[in-house]
Amino acid sequence: MSGTPWSTFSVGDEVANETIYLTRESLVRYAGASGDFNPIHYRDDVAQSVGLDGVLAHGMLTMGLAIAPVTSWLAGKAMVTSYQVRFTKPVYVPVTGSAGVTVSVTLHSLGEAPEESATLALRVTNDEGATVLGKAIAVVSTL
Amino acid sequence: MSVNPDLVNLVFEPTPSYVVGREKVREFARAVMAFDPLHHDVSYARNLGFADVVAPPTFPVVIQEATLHQLLAHPEATIDFSRVVHGDQKFDYQRLVVAGDELVGQLTVTKVQSLGGHSMVTSETAMSTLEGELVVTAVSTLVVRAGEDAA
Repeated sequence: MSGTPWSTFSVGDEVANETIYLTRESLVRYAGASGDFNPIHYRDDVAQSVGLDGVLAHGMLTMGLAIAPVTSWLAGKAMVTSYQVRFTKPVYVPVTGSAGVTVSVTLHSLGEAPEESATLALRVTNDEGATVLGKAIAVVSTL
Repeated sequence: MSVNPDLVNLVFEPTPSYVVGREKVREFARAVMAFDPLHHDVSYARNLGFADVVAPPTFPVVIQEATLHQLLAHPEATIDFSRVVHGDQKFDYQRLVVAGDELVGQLTVTKVQSLGGHSMVTSETAMSTLEGELVVTAVSTLVVRAGEDAA
């Protein structure tokens, strides 16, 4: 076979790196697409009334966009069979401008059958370099 | 108020079935900035052996959400929704979700913990076809923050 997407990488190598910029429009779009209309994701007054600094991205939006570079990297040759994160820090999104979320994906380990599966570690950070998704791990397997 | 520990092992009724629509998959994929053709291009997905466009990995949250509403609305749960924060999330896939799938979600409460005034409720939502084929399991931990006004 022509090899898995990870066959040309070594454990510890970065396989994908992308910065995604979130605006208020991104949050409205995700609210509509997901059905999560919690007002803390579009109203500053409501966010502040529950002790937040302001409007923040849906955690599931951050989780969702962080795995997109993995899907692209797999290029239809493998699928994500498990994906988990811990929500460690809110991603605040300003009224104007944007909030950057940087996703760095590294090859964490190979499966028992390296031709079949591998584990990826995702480092997901905000504009200040702080981790917003902890324990972010995806297991990928060939189709 | 802490969350009722008797909730553990509580199993909710399956949700009404959810039909995964092709345009919904594309809309969700755009919203999470997943631009791989797998989510958008039917012929690309079919050439790879899928019946239709493939949903992004976190798409099942749409179905899981309906089951979490059942949990939060449960009269015995005593969960104050305004204090709920999402702590952890995990998906385990048996296969990829594709447009055309018709899935039901069923939630089981697996763990209730108290930690310094906060409560943590872990639940597992199994999403299956109408024929009973398990497709994806979502595990979610919700943190219910202590009952005093946040700073």
